[in-house]
Amino acid sequence: MKAGRRSFLKNAGLGALGLAASKAFPTNAEGAAAGGGPRWAMLIDTRKCLQEKGCAKCAEACHLAHNVPTLPNPRHAVKWIWKENFREAFPDQEAEYFDEVLTSSKMLVFCNHCDKPPCTRVCPTQATWRRGDGVVMMDWHRCIGCRYCVAACPYGSRSFNWVDPRPHLANITPTYPTRTRGVVEKCTFCEERLPEHRPPACVEACEARAMMFGDLADPTSEIREVLRTRFAVRRRPGLGTHPEIFYLV
Amino acid sequence: MYDGGKILAGIAIFLVAVLLPVWHNAVVASAPRPEVKTPTHEKQCVDSAAVMRASHMNVLNQWREAVVREGVRTTVTPTGMTVSMSLTRTCMNCHANKKEFCDACHNYLAVSPTCWECHVEPKGSSS
Repeated sequence: MKAGRRSFLKNAGLGALGLAASKAFPTNAEGAAAGGGPRWAMLIDTRKCLQEKGCAKCAEACHLAHNVPTLPNPRHAVKWIWKENFREAFPDQEAEYFDEVLTSSKMLVFCNHCDKPPCTRVCPTQATWRRGDGVVMMDWHRCIGCRYCVAACPYGSRSFNWVDPRPHLANITPTYPTRTRGVVEKCTFCEERLPEHRPPACVEACEARAMMFGDLADPTSEIREVLRTRFAVRRRPGLGTHPEIFYLV
Repeated sequence: MYDGGKILAGIAIFLVAVLLPVWHNAVVASAPRPEVKTPTHEKQCVDSAAVMRASHMNVLNQWREAVVREGVRTTVTPTGMTVSMSLTRTCMNCHANKKEFCDACHNYLAVSPTCWECHVEPKGSSS
């Protein structure tokens, strides 16, 4: 068969069009919970959180449950959940005339479990990835300590173990592993508690009920109801990471 | 062969030196095989003793992949039990003494798995 130049160009064009169409409409949509499962998210009512000055029950509960050490050198600090100045937590929020109570306070921050996490994209060993239910998970067995993810996370949610954490743990919870020197760690949304239908340790520990954990994929869930009726902000939305931690201000 | 005697003597000395550990073991009785204490309250492990002896590390690796990467936490073992795939919560529940169980063999074979750098050994096992 003799293919003329004309018919060859026609077929090539059709082929290119088909390829572009398959790229534009992916068969398995990422983002929203694939497979119809839950899509976990958290909501923090900052006013309720600030009611009790100096309260750190959530962080204490988290750090005890996950063997997070308290290190003497602040440059070695390992952080899963901590408090950050308002301006540092929300640097792109223009807040000149906001309530002083808010802007002079420390905001509760932790891993945002982004819908489009930049940290997972740079991991060379797939030691961190986004699960179908939205949890940005870590496999500490596989982490080689390159710290690309630490550099990629715009929220500072990832900590590197510069020293062996074991000697700096006052109480070790035996059912949860500690980490070792040379491994990156962060909040895991208490993925070990989720199959037992228990909320994350921080949510459970909060006496002011300032934290809410819920399923965004379920339109009737409590968290969706609050997000419908109240105005919530996220940290640095302009970066396009789609954080799944919401703050009521 | 020139200097045949010297060469053969040299080879003999070399063999003696290189195979010194073998001679040593032949003369002195080799280290006794470790006695592993098996738990008393449970009769059946997650697989037969032969499989566990030969490939417990593979079982643990499969469990690790399933739990951490696939989010599957329980499994039905070849022996028909439903167990949580956990080193500290399932294995160490019976084999509670790390020193007498894990370390006995690992030290004998001079292997040093890194499990316990992160996972916490049961209380009292180091005594």
